[in-house]
Formats: sequence, C-alpha cells, structure tokens
Amino acid sequence: MQISDFFRGSPDGVSVTGPKIVCSFDVCGVTINLTETVVISWIIIAAVTLLLLWLTKDMQTKAVTKRQAVAEWIVQTVYSLVEDTMGKHWRHFAPYIASLFTFSIFGSLISMLGLRSVTADFNAPLTWALITFVLIHGTNIRTHGFFGYLKGYVDPVPVMLPINILSEIATPVSMSLRHFGNVVSGMVITSLLYFALSAATKGLGIALLCIGVPAVLSLYFDLFSGFMQAFVFIMLTMVYISNADGSQETAGAN
Amino acid sequence: MENEMIARAIVLGASALGAGTAMIAGVGPGIGEGYAVGKACESIGRQPESSGAVTRTMFIGCAVAESTGIYGLLVALLLMFINPFIGKL
Repeated sequence: MQISDFFRGSPDGVSVTGPKIVCSFDVCGVTINLTETVVISWIIIAAVTLLLLWLTKDMQTKAVTKRQAVAEWIVQTVYSLVEDTMGKHWRHFAPYIASLFTFSIFGSLISMLGLRSVTADFNAPLTWALITFVLIHGTNIRTHGFFGYLKGYVDPVPVMLPINILSEIATPVSMSLRHFGNVVSGMVITSLLYFALSAATKGLGIALLCIGVPAVLSLYFDLFSGFMQAFVFIMLTMVYISNADGSQETAGAN
Repeated sequence: MENEMIARAIVLGASALGAGTAMIAGVGPGIGEGYAVGKACESIGRQPESSGAVTRTMFIGCAVAESTGIYGLLVALLLMFINPFIGKL
C-alpha cells in the first residue's frame, strides 16, 4: 500500500458542512430554521436542569449528603472565582458566569457522545458574546450615565472616535470567533484524522490504529480545548464587564 | 465546456494555495505564546508559590494571543471546504 491510500478513502472524500436543519417554520413570511444545534441545546438544557434538580434535592443545614456537598462546592467555587476576578460587589454576576460556563463546556463536550458540538455553530458563541456585549455597555451606562458613556468614545481626543467604535465592535466578534474557531478546527482535524485512520484500517486489514489514537485526540481536542475555551470565555466576560465600571479597584485580567 | 473545467481547476488550485498561505498566520501566535510560556516558567522559577496565578494568567494570555492564528485557520478552512470563489465563475 502507498501513503496516498491514507488520504484517498471514499470517492466523495471528507466534507465539512454546517448543522443539519431539522425542520423549518414559516412565521409571517420569515423562514425560521430549527437546526441540529438548537435541538442539542435543548437536550443539554434538559440534562443540566435534571442534574441540578437531583443535586439540590432535599437540602439540609446539618448532616449533609455527598450530593449536597458537591452542589455546595460548585456554588462556592463559582462565587470565589467571580469575587477574585471582578471584586466583591460583583457577586450577583456569578449565576450568569456559571450558566455561561456550563452551557459552553457541555456544548463542547457533547461531541464525545457523537452528537455535533453546539459551539461548532457560530450562532451559539455569537449569542453569548452579544449578551456579554449588552452587559458591558449596560454596566458602562449605569455607572457613567448616558452622556458620560457617550463621552467615553471621544476619550483622549475626538479623532479617536472611529477607532474606539471599531474596538467596541471587535470585542464580541473576537470573543465568539475565538471560541468557534477553536472548536470547529478541532472538529475538522479530528474528522480528517478519523477518515485517515479508517482508510489505514482498510488498507492494513486490521483495526490496530483505531483503538488508542482517537482517544488521545479526543482528550486534547474535546476535553482540553473545550474546557480551555469555556474558561477563557468566562474570564474575558468578567474582565470586560468589570472594566466597564471604570473604577480600577478590580483585580484586572489575572 | 473545456474552458469551464479549466476555470474551475484554476479556482480550486488558487483556493488551495490561498489556504496554505493563510496558515502563515500561525507563525505569530507560535512565537508569541512561546515567549509568554518562557516568561511564565521564569517567573514560576523565581516565585514558586505564585505558580497558580501565573499559570492561570498565562493560559488566558495564550488563548487570547491565539485568536489571530485562529482567524487564519478559519480562512483556510473556508477556502478548503466551502469554496466561496467557485460560485463567482
């Protein structure tokens, strides 16, 4: 056999497509597509809700069960992370940060069950980044007042106005593209390698290469990359929101 | 018919070349992240007790520095799998 056999495989080759459309509705002339991403998101939401309901079932103040200890550990970890990064008076952001992190990490890890990652669809990270964008500007307006907020755009000199506007728009774009790009590149690279491995198996006649190699790849591209990107996403969210306050008492980007 | 085939072949070949060229964007993040990790190792060597905070900051910085490389990768993937220029023929 030749090396090119590894990459030839089936005649149609590897194809990378977007999420499949499950069904489409027609609402007032606008076509709304219900994609695979949305359905898998519903599955994740239902699973996480059930998990949390199970974790917090009959809570007690004394003689806590192991289940309740796990639930308390999760809540404490999130609150202490938010307090360390954003400062004590931003505690009320912890639920938002926790739900963002949970959704992001389960959305990336669902690919280990053979489903399509939710975060491999650009709509999902873009939605989260837009929520963060609204929160950043809302916080800015609340602390500085509307005119103070507008004054922030001409901050050092009025010539900086277009650059400031561009940098504000670049924030959600770069946040979402980073998350999406990492997950989708992992997906493409693993699918290419699986393709090559199956071709190699066909060529060699034994499934030797299909045993350990996919597990190692999954470990990096699904587990590590998914976790890292979720963490980076929430860290950037926290840093941007607490910096929009203007008071420099927060711990900054650490 | 023949001309159309040749035109498609030229577009596909140029897309493949473009995808390869786009991945030059990987050089910058590689250098930057290597520098950041080296500095983090230095500072952990100097102050081992702060290794947790240094590592966390380094990972965040690396992930942020990676984004330009990711943009290049996205362009390369688009050129390889979506073939946006075939439709312009």
